[in-house]
Amino acid sequence: MNEIVDGGRRAGAPAADRDTPFRRFVADFTASRIAVAALVTFVTIILVALLGPLFTLQNPYDLAQLNLWDSGLPPGATGTDGQVYLLGTDDQGRDMVSAVVYGLRISLGVAISSGVIAVIIGTTAGIVAGYFGGRVDTLIMRVVDMQLAFPAVLVALILLAVLGRGVDKIIFALITVQWAYYARTVRSSAVVERRKDYIAAARCLSLGAGRVIFHHLLPNCIAPLIVLATIEVASAVALEATLSFLGVGLPVTEPSLGLLISNGYQYMLSGRYWLSFYPGVALLITIVSINLVGDQLRDVLNPRLQE
Amino acid sequence: MSLVVFVGVYAIGNPITVLIDPRAPQEAIQRAIHDLGLDRPLYEQYFFFLKNALAGHLGNSFVFNEPALWVIMQRFPATLELTLTAMVIASVTGLPLGLIAGYWSDKPVSRVIMTGSILGFILPSFWVGLMLIIVFSIELGYLPATGRGATVAIFGVETSLLTLDGLRHILLPAINLSLFPMALIIRLTRAGVREHLQLDYVKYARAKGLTNRRILFTHVLKNIMIPVITVMGLLFGLIIAFAVVTESVFAWPGMGKLIIDSITLLDRPVIVAYLLLTVGLFIVINLVVDILYSILDPRVRLSEETR
Repeated sequence: MNEIVDGGRRAGAPAADRDTPFRRFVADFTASRIAVAALVTFVTIILVALLGPLFTLQNPYDLAQLNLWDSGLPPGATGTDGQVYLLGTDDQGRDMVSAVVYGLRISLGVAISSGVIAVIIGTTAGIVAGYFGGRVDTLIMRVVDMQLAFPAVLVALILLAVLGRGVDKIIFALITVQWAYYARTVRSSAVVERRKDYIAAARCLSLGAGRVIFHHLLPNCIAPLIVLATIEVASAVALEATLSFLGVGLPVTEPSLGLLISNGYQYMLSGRYWLSFYPGVALLITIVSINLVGDQLRDVLNPRLQE
Repeated sequence: MSLVVFVGVYAIGNPITVLIDPRAPQEAIQRAIHDLGLDRPLYEQYFFFLKNALAGHLGNSFVFNEPALWVIMQRFPATLELTLTAMVIASVTGLPLGLIAGYWSDKPVSRVIMTGSILGFILPSFWVGLMLIIVFSIELGYLPATGRGATVAIFGVETSLLTLDGLRHILLPAINLSLFPMALIIRLTRAGVREHLQLDYVKYARAKGLTNRRILFTHVLKNIMIPVITVMGLLFGLIIAFAVVTESVFAWPGMGKLIIDSITLLDRPVIVAYLLLTVGLFIVINLVVDILYSILDPRVRLSEETR
């Protein structure tokens, strides 16, 4: 009985309590130095992506701002106007720092917006399946199983081969690939939670199904969802980069990190390695830091490990 | 499914604009459109396609002017040998590493292996491929970066595996492709070893005075092989899909490279044939693995019945 009361309180998060769940959560999270470093890195990346245009040398896709005299410079070179290109320039005189920052904006923008929509669709489907069970459950989970039988790359490739390139299309493809993971995760915790007494109590108050699901059941299924959503953002970034690298993802006018790497790839054998290498490093740092944060969240939020 | 793919592929663009020089005389363009069957209404094209597909004809490639299925099957041996080599590398290195990580699960060596396997999961494989090329082909110059090298024909099938040059060419792409299945095999083996070392039969074997090596290799290994082999079957389908990425990075002339080229050139019959073939392959692999799993592991059948 104690456990249930505690579970209910954790979800409600009372502010008056001195040892609030949030404080406990922060203390647990900061126990790992690597995770804190990863979180700091990730927040920095987000800030760079958000505030990028304020401090980059140029808008790399405004042709008027490019200086052809400065094309193909190696990292650290000084341009004709005295500015320093820390990561070099490409064959059109585009500053690679600016290109990476703008690429990061697009990569993260695509990943996060598709992630948000996929969470909404997946969570709704999963919790409905878990709460009602029976035929609804079978129907939804069959679709999920069918989709998870195919690897994400293949599903996305099929969709993009059919739909063509474009930001909206790749977001659609990423949503299609991801929602099933959320549905499966949320369903598995919903199936466990709906048997508990507080759900029975809510039902006895003759609350509507919608209210029971979204006000009582959902808050208690949210921990694994947060972990999954974090890690899925990283895999969405990776998948989008892969698809763009293959030339089926974003159009050339919206150069994400993957597209930058792909564009630089043709110059790699001629020695201008920086065109591919630094966008690749940015991609790597993004993916690894998000995963480390997600891993620590999993450890902290997993009730089995907490005891 | 076939309708979705067909209509979708129809919608992505007009192959005429890609295939025919716009400066060609009008009557030549008209003739080409007529020869390719593109002047007929969509539903007529679909039924024509369906009728032929059921008879095994998936249409001629617009680019190669050969049956699409034949174009794909010509590339199939290259993909098959790449995926098989990758599978061998993954199991030969993954199993021992998993055993080590499971047996000494508290030692630092286990943490190193697990960190490595996590990297194998989260890093986009095209990025790893690029790094392999930069390090081994450009910087060190040990191995060639692109192509298949010299091939020899056995039973009419070209293979790179029997020439030294071919082996040098296959090494990098195969390693690249093997990283994901390797990571999965390591995790699975480790989890299996850790679980089985707690079980009674291991205690009995210890009581009998068997050496650790004998317990691990004869008794534990046999038991954990069931899930590992099953997953390897699933992985095989997975890395055929992943081969799309690896083949594009290393310019390996297999099916995956073909589909990417076909998407760029809007070679509809090849895209449709590839998608139908891969989806079919996946359904067959999943079915076979499911059946094999329930035959190999009686517990799966039990849990199905009790549910």
